[in-house]
Amino acid sequence: MTAAVLPLLEFTPPTIDYVRLLPFLIVIAAACLGVVVEAFVRRTWRHEVQVGLALVALVASGAAIVSGWGSDSLAVVDPIGPDQPVGSVMVDGPTQVFWLMLVLFALLAVCLMAERRVYAGRNAFAPMAAAIPGSQAEAEADQASLEHAEVFPLALFSLSGMMLFVAANDLLLLFVALEVLSLPLYVLAALARHRRLASQEAALKYFLLGAAASAIFLFGCALLFAYAGSFDFDLIALRYDQGAAADRLLWAGLGLVLVGLLFKIGAVPFHSWAPDTYQGAPTPVTAFMAVCTKIAAVAALLRLLFVALGAARWTWQPIIAGVAVVTMLVGPVLGIVQSNIKRLLAYSSIAHAGFLLTGLAGALTVQSGLAADQLGTVASAGFYLMAYGLATIGCFAAVTLVQSQGREVTELSAWAGLGRRHPWFGLVMLVCLLSLAGIPLTAGFTGKLAVFSVAWRGGYWWLVLVAVLAAVVAVYVYVRVLVLLFSRPASDQVEVKLPGPATAVVLTVTVIGSLAFGLVPGPLADLLAQSSTFLRSVHN
Amino acid sequence: MTFPWLTALAVLPLLGAVLIGLVKVWSGRLVGLITALVTLALGAGVAWLQAADGAAALAERVTWLAPLGAAYSLSLDGMGLAMVLLTVVLVPLILIAEWRTGTGSAGAAEAAEADGPGSGRGSARAFSALVLLVESCSLFVFLAEDAILFYVFFEASLIPMYFLIAGFGSDPVKRSAAAVKFLLFGLAGGLVMLFALVGTGALAAQGGSLTMSLTELADLDLGGSTLSQVVFIGFFVAFALKAPMVPGHTWLPQAAAQSTGGGAALMVGVLDKLGTFGMVRFCLVLFPQEARWATPVIIGLAVLSILYGAFAALGQKDLMRLVAFTSISHFGFMVLGLFTLTTASLTGSIFYMVNHGLSTGALFLLIGYMVRQRGSAEVSAFGGVAKVAPVLAGFTLLAGLGGLALPGTSSFVSEFMVMAGVWARFNVVAVLAALGTVLAALYILWTYQRLMTGPVTDQTAQHFTADLSARERLAVIPLLFAILALGFFPRPALDLIEPTSQTIMTEAGVTDLAPIVKGVN
Repeated sequence: MTAAVLPLLEFTPPTIDYVRLLPFLIVIAAACLGVVVEAFVRRTWRHEVQVGLALVALVASGAAIVSGWGSDSLAVVDPIGPDQPVGSVMVDGPTQVFWLMLVLFALLAVCLMAERRVYAGRNAFAPMAAAIPGSQAEAEADQASLEHAEVFPLALFSLSGMMLFVAANDLLLLFVALEVLSLPLYVLAALARHRRLASQEAALKYFLLGAAASAIFLFGCALLFAYAGSFDFDLIALRYDQGAAADRLLWAGLGLVLVGLLFKIGAVPFHSWAPDTYQGAPTPVTAFMAVCTKIAAVAALLRLLFVALGAARWTWQPIIAGVAVVTMLVGPVLGIVQSNIKRLLAYSSIAHAGFLLTGLAGALTVQSGLAADQLGTVASAGFYLMAYGLATIGCFAAVTLVQSQGREVTELSAWAGLGRRHPWFGLVMLVCLLSLAGIPLTAGFTGKLAVFSVAWRGGYWWLVLVAVLAAVVAVYVYVRVLVLLFSRPASDQVEVKLPGPATAVVLTVTVIGSLAFGLVPGPLADLLAQSSTFLRSVHN
Repeated sequence: MTFPWLTALAVLPLLGAVLIGLVKVWSGRLVGLITALVTLALGAGVAWLQAADGAAALAERVTWLAPLGAAYSLSLDGMGLAMVLLTVVLVPLILIAEWRTGTGSAGAAEAAEADGPGSGRGSARAFSALVLLVESCSLFVFLAEDAILFYVFFEASLIPMYFLIAGFGSDPVKRSAAAVKFLLFGLAGGLVMLFALVGTGALAAQGGSLTMSLTELADLDLGGSTLSQVVFIGFFVAFALKAPMVPGHTWLPQAAAQSTGGGAALMVGVLDKLGTFGMVRFCLVLFPQEARWATPVIIGLAVLSILYGAFAALGQKDLMRLVAFTSISHFGFMVLGLFTLTTASLTGSIFYMVNHGLSTGALFLLIGYMVRQRGSAEVSAFGGVAKVAPVLAGFTLLAGLGGLALPGTSSFVSEFMVMAGVWARFNVVAVLAALGTVLAALYILWTYQRLMTGPVTDQTAQHFTADLSARERLAVIPLLFAILALGFFPRPALDLIEPTSQTIMTEAGVTDLAPIVKGVN
C-alpha cells in the first residue's frame, strides 16, 4: 500500500508496570476464569467454586494493594506523549485508597450474593434468566433448583471496570472503564429470582438511561479532545495552563463529561434511574451498585476535576455546588414519602451524593492552600464514602433478612416493631441508620464533619448552611424508620430470618466498622490525609 | 501519665449500662444503682482531687482526629465541676425514685396491658441502662475541652433520652409522638450547631492554626466578621433549642408530660443544662464580641421566656406540663444572667443551673410519684392530699418554694445575683424579670393549694392510702437538704463558680460597673 498511511498504522506499545497493576489484573483474571468455571465445572459445584474464586481473588487483590502501598507509579505510560512520559493509568495514593475500599465493599457484596441460607437454600438470583417470567420453563428451572453462578464473574468484571475507572488518567480509558463497569451491572440488575418483571424493568431503565449518559459522556470527551488535542488529563491541564483560547469547547466538554459521571453518582437531575433500579434489582446487587459504583464515580470525578481541570476550579466549583444543592434537597424530601425501604435507601443514596458533593465544591487541596496533614476534599470524600458504604451495605444486608413466605418484604409498613421483637436486628438497623443520619459516635458523623469542613474552608459556607438544613430533613427520613422499628406495635406478617454465615459477616463488619470509625476516626483520617495527592506526570 | 480520673468518671456509667445489657443474671436496677453510687463517689473524689492538686493535674489530652484539629481532651473547671456534681447526685436519686418503673409489679403490668401487646414498654433493666447512658454522655459534655468532643456527646445523649421517653411514659401513642418531637428538635438543633462548629474550625484555620481545643480557640481571635456573627447565631440557636427558650420550647412540655417523673427530672435537670452550659462555653467564651452584638435580642428573648413560661405555667391543667413551663421561665433567668455579662449575674446564672436541677429534679420526682399513685397528671384530679400524705405535701412545698426562690432556699441566692447584675446594666429589664418572680410565687402556691389543701376528695382518699415510703423519701431528702444547705451556705458553691465567670469576663473584655453609692463622687 502507500507509504503515506503507514506512520498512522505504526503501533508503539505502551510501557506497562504490571506489578503496580496487579490488584486490577487479579480481579479481571478471576472474572475471566469465572466464565470458564461456569462453562466447564459441574452444576452442583459451580456456586461453591465461583464463590471461592471470587473471595480468593478479592482477598489477593486487597493484599496486592496493601503490599504496594505508598509507592506512586505511572502504571501505564502513553507512548505518544511529548518528551516527558505521560501516564494514562495512575497508581497513586487516591487510587490505592479507593481500590482498597472498592475491594472491601465488593467482598461484602459478594458475601451477600453468596448467601443461600436465608433464601431456603438457593441464592437470590433467577434460576433461568432467559426464561420468560411466569413461563413453564421458569417453573421447571425453579423446581430443579437451578442457580445462576455467573453473578460472581459479572460482579468481578464490573469491579475491574471500577478499578480502572478510579485509576484512569485518560478520557478514552475512562470511557472504556465506564462501559466495563456498567454493562455487567445492567445484566446483574435483571437477575432477581422473585418479581422478575420489576427486576427486568429496573435493568432496562438503568440500561437506557445509562447508555444515554455514556453517549453524552463520550461527546464531552470528543469536545475536550478538540479543545486540548489530547485525551490525557495532564495534557488537558497543560493546555489550560498555556491559556488555550477556545474556552467554549472546554466548558461544553466539561459539562457533558460531568453529566456522565454525575449520572453514575446519582446526583440530581441525573438521579431518576436510582429508585426504580434499586428497588427492582436483587438486593445484593443493589448493595453492590449503591456503594461500589458511587465510590468509583466519585473517585473518577475527583481525578478529572483536580488533575485535568484543577486550575479551572473557579469555574466548576459553582456548578458542583449547584448540583449539590438540588441533590441534597431532592433526595431527603422525596425520601420522606417513601413506603418501600429499598426506594427509601435509594433516595438516601441520592441525598448522600449531595452531601458528598459539598466537599467537592470546596475543592480544598494542597494546591489551594491545605496543610499536608489535614483533611482535604479527596480525603474527606474518602471518609464519607467509607461511612456511607458500611452503613448502606449493612442496611441492604438487613433488608435481605425480612421475609414472608421466602420473599423479601420491602414494604415499610410490614417492618413495624421488628427492632423490638428482634433486638439484634434492631441494633443493626439502629447503628446503620444513625450512621447514615450522621449522628455522633458513628462513622457517618465524622464523614459529614469532614466534607462540611472542607466545603466551608473552600469558601462555600452557604453551601454548608443548606447542607445542614437538608440534613435535618434527611434525619427525619431515618428517624421515621427507627420509630417504625421500635415504637410501633409488632406485626406478625413477616419473619426476620437468621442470617447465614456470609450475611452474618457482613452485618458484623458493617456495625463494628460504623461504630469504630465513629469512636476512633483518627487512624483512618490520618491514612486518608496522607494518601490524598494525585500523581501528575506533567509538572508545570 | 497519671490515672485518667475524668475518663474513668465519664466512662463508668457507660460500663454499667453495658454490664446491664450483657449480664442478664444480675438485677439490672441493682447494677444500675451501684454504678450510679460508685460514680457519685468518684465524682466526689474528682472534686477533692481538683481542690487538692488543681485542675491542671486532672486534664487529659490524647490524639483523636488530628486531621480536623480535634483531640480527645478532658478538663474540669469550676462550672464543669458544679454540673458534674449535680449530675452524679441526681442520677442515683432518679434510679431510687423510679425503682419500680418497668418491673412486673401490679401497676406496671396493668399499664402494659392497657398499652396493648407489643407496644414497646421498656423493662426496668432498660430504664437503668438508658439513664446511665444519658449520665455518661452528659458527663462527657461537662468535661469536654474539645469542641468536637463536646458536640459528639451533646448529640449522642439524645438517643438514650429518646428511648427513655418513648419506652416509659403513660400513653403509648402520645409518648412516641413526644419522643419523636424531642429527637427531631434535638437533632435539628444539633445540626445547626454542626454548622457553627464547622465554621469555628474554618475561622480557626483562617486564623492560622487548625485546632478545636476550647482553650486554644478562646485565645485565637475568631470574631469581628460577618461570618463569625453567622457562626455565633448558629451556636445560639442550637443551645436555645436545647435549653428551651421561647419560641423553640414547644417540645419540652410535651416530652416532660409523656415522661416518667425520673425521666423528666433527668431531661430538665441535667440534659437541658447542656444548652446553657454550651452558651457559656461557645457563645460567651469563643465569641464575646458577637455576644455583645446580639445582647439586645437575646435579652429580649430571655425576658419573653421568663414571662411566657410563667403565664403558660399558670394556665396548665397537667402537672408535668406545668413544671416544664416553670422550667422554661427559669431557663429565661439563666440566659438573662449569662448575657448580662456581670460577674454577679454570671455566677448567679451558673449557680442557678445547679439549683434549678435540684429543685425541679425534686419536683419532678415527687410529681412522678403522685402521678403513679393517682394514675393521672391532671391538677383537678387531686385535692386535699396534705391530709392523707403530709410528708409528700411538705416535701412538695419545700421543693416548690425552692422553685420560686424563697429566701433560705438556694434558688434565692442565684436569682438575687442574676437580678442584681441585670439591675446594674438594664434596670427596665430587671423590672420585667422581677414580674416573673412574682408570677412564680403565684403558680407554685396556687398549684400547691389546689393539690394539697382543702377537703380530701374521694379520689384522693382512694388513691393515696399511704404516704411516701422510706425509699421514696430517700430519693428526695438529699435534694431538699441540698436546696436548704446551699440556701444558707452558698459560699462554697459560689467560690467554685466564680473563677469561671471571671474568666468569661476577661475573655469578653467587660468589667463590672462600679457600684453607685450616694454621697460618693
